[in-house]
Amino acid sequence: MCFTQNFWSFFIGGIANGFLYALIALGYTLVYGVLQLINFAHSEVFMSGGFAGYFVVNAVIGQSSPHGLASVGLIVLGTAAGAVGGAVVAYLLERVAYRPLRRRKAPRLAFLISAIGASYFLYNLAGKEFGRNGYSLPFLYPFQTGVTVFGTGIQTYWVVIAIAAMIMLVLLDRIVAATRLGRGIRAVAQDAETASLMGVNIDRVIAQTFILGGILGGAAGFLFGLSSGVVYSMGFTPALKAFTAAVLGGIGNIRGAVLGGLVLGVAENMGVICAPTEWRDVVAFGILVAVLIIRPTGILGERLGRSA
Amino acid sequence: MLLQLNNVEVRYGPIRALRDVSLAVDQGEIVALLGANGAGKSTTLRTISGLVRPVSGTVFFDGKPIQRVPSHDVVALGIGHVPEGRRIFPMMTVLENLEMGAYLHRGNFSENLTRVFSLFPVLAERRKQDGGTLSGGEQQMLAIARSLMSSPRLLLFDEPSMGLAPMFVKTIFQIIREIRDEGTTILLVEQNASQALHLADRAYVLENGSIVMADRADVLLQDPRVRAAYLGEGAA
Ligand SMILES: Nc1ncnc2c1ncn2[C@@H]1O[C@H](COP(=O)(O)OP(=O)(O)OP(=O)(O)O)[C@@H](O)[C@H]1O
Ligand SMILES: [Mg+2]
Repeated sequence: MCFTQNFWSFFIGGIANGFLYALIALGYTLVYGVLQLINFAHSEVFMSGGFAGYFVVNAVIGQSSPHGLASVGLIVLGTAAGAVGGAVVAYLLERVAYRPLRRRKAPRLAFLISAIGASYFLYNLAGKEFGRNGYSLPFLYPFQTGVTVFGTGIQTYWVVIAIAAMIMLVLLDRIVAATRLGRGIRAVAQDAETASLMGVNIDRVIAQTFILGGILGGAAGFLFGLSSGVVYSMGFTPALKAFTAAVLGGIGNIRGAVLGGLVLGVAENMGVICAPTEWRDVVAFGILVAVLIIRPTGILGERLGRSA
Repeated sequence: MLLQLNNVEVRYGPIRALRDVSLAVDQGEIVALLGANGAGKSTTLRTISGLVRPVSGTVFFDGKPIQRVPSHDVVALGIGHVPEGRRIFPMMTVLENLEMGAYLHRGNFSENLTRVFSLFPVLAERRKQDGGTLSGGEQQMLAIARSLMSSPRLLLFDEPSMGLAPMFVKTIFQIIREIRDEGTTILLVEQNASQALHLADRAYVLENGSIVMADRADVLLQDPRVRAAYLGEGAA
C-alpha cells in the first residue's frame, strides 16, 4: 500500500538527489581518470562550495524576500559562487596535498594519507571558523511548484537541481569531447607520458581537471545547501554516496558517474518507501558493498579517458 | 650539428643506463642507433625528449642546451618521438590521435593532415575508428603520422619495425626514407640491424650503456664484429 502511494514522489525525489550525486561523483571520476587516485578530500570541496554560495547569497539578498527573476538570479549567483569556491579549494588541494608527492614519486599510500589529512584539516578549519552549527539559506523560492505529476506535487527544489545539473553535465560533456582541454585530459588519462611527448603539460592538465571537478562539486554544495543548509560536516555523507555512485557507474567513466548517481539516488529512495528514512544511508552503502563484491568495475566498466 | 649529446650519463636508481654517451646527428641525416636488449637505446631517445634527466652531460639541439627542458616543451622545439611500442591513444579515434600530434599547433594542421593521409591512405579510411582497434602495423603508421603532425625538424624512432609482418617492415622503412627526403632529420633505434644499416647514412652501436662503435653505415655493414653480433652471422 505505502509502495504504490509513495512511489512517484520517492522516485522523482531520488532522481533529484541522483543529479547531486552525479555532480559530485564527476569530481572523483575525473581526477581518478588522470591520476588513478581517489581524492578523498573532495567532500571538503563540496562543503567549501556550500559555504561560498551561502555567504555570497546571504550578502546579496539583505532583507529582501525574492521571487520570480530575482530568485533565478540568486540561484545562479549562488551556484556560480559555489563553483568558484569549489574550484579554488580543489586547485589548492592539488597544489598543496598532491603535486609535491608526485614530484617526489611518492608511493600510492602517501597520496591516500595526504588526502585524508587535507580533508580533516579543511573539515576542522571550517568547523572552527564557521562554528559547529549549521546555517540555513534564506528561502529563495516557494516549496512547491504547483505542478503535479503522477499525483505527486513537484517540489521547486527538484526542478532547480535537475536544471542546474543538466546544464553543467552537458557543458562538461562538450568540454571533454570537443575541446583542446578535453583532449588533453583524455590523453593524460590514457597515457600520460605519451601525452607529454605531444606537448601536453601534465601538471597543468591535472590542475585543470581538479578545477573542473571542483566547479561541479562546489556548485553541488550550494544546491544541496538550498534544502539542507550548510555546515562544516555537510560533505561527509553526500560525498561518500557520490563516491559510491562513481564506483557503481565505473570509476574513471564520465557517463558512468552520471548513471551511477541517478541509479543510486533512485535506489536508496526505493529502499525506504515503506521503511523509516533512516534506512536510506544503509541502503546506499549496502549498494556500494554489493557492487564491489559483484562487479568491481561498475555498471559501465572503467573506461579511462573516453570522450564520454 | 642539429643534435649533439656530450658525455651523457643516465641512472635509474643504482642502475647506470648510459655512461659517457656522445653522439651527433647532422641536418638531413638518417643516423641509426643499434644495440642489444637493455643496451640503453630507448634511454638515449628518452633523454633527448626530456622524459629522463641525465645526471651529467649535455644535449644540444640546434645549438641550445635542452637536457633540462621538460618533455612537453621539447616537442615545441621541433623534436618528434615515435615511442617504443607505438603508444597510440587506444580510446581516441585515428583523427583524434592525429589532433593530439598537432596539440601545440606547430605547422599547418590541414596541410599536415593531407600529407599523412597521402603517406598512409589506410589512416584516412579509418579516421573515425578507435586507435585501439587498429592492427599492429596500422598502429605503427598512426604513431608515425601522429609525430609528423607537429612538423618536427628531428624525428626519433624507437624500434618502428618491432613485431610487424615483413611486408609492413618494408613499408615503414620506405616511409622513413621519404620523411627524410622531405627534409626531416632522423635518429633511428633498431634491433633489425641489417635493414637499419641499409637505410642509414651513419650508425652508432651501444653496449651496456656505452657507445662502442661509430661509423658510416656501409662501413659498419662490412665490419666483422657487427656482422657477428648484430647481423646474425654466428660467432666471429
Ligand atoms: N624505468 C626504469 N627503471 C629502472 N631501470 C630501467 C628503466 N628503464 C630502463 N631501465 C634499465 O636501463 C637499461 C637500458 O634500458 P633501455 O630501455 O634504454 O634499453 P634498450 O636498449 O631500449 O632495450 P630494448 O631493446 O629492450 O628496448 C636496462 O638495463 C633497463 O633494464
Ligand atoms: Mg628500447
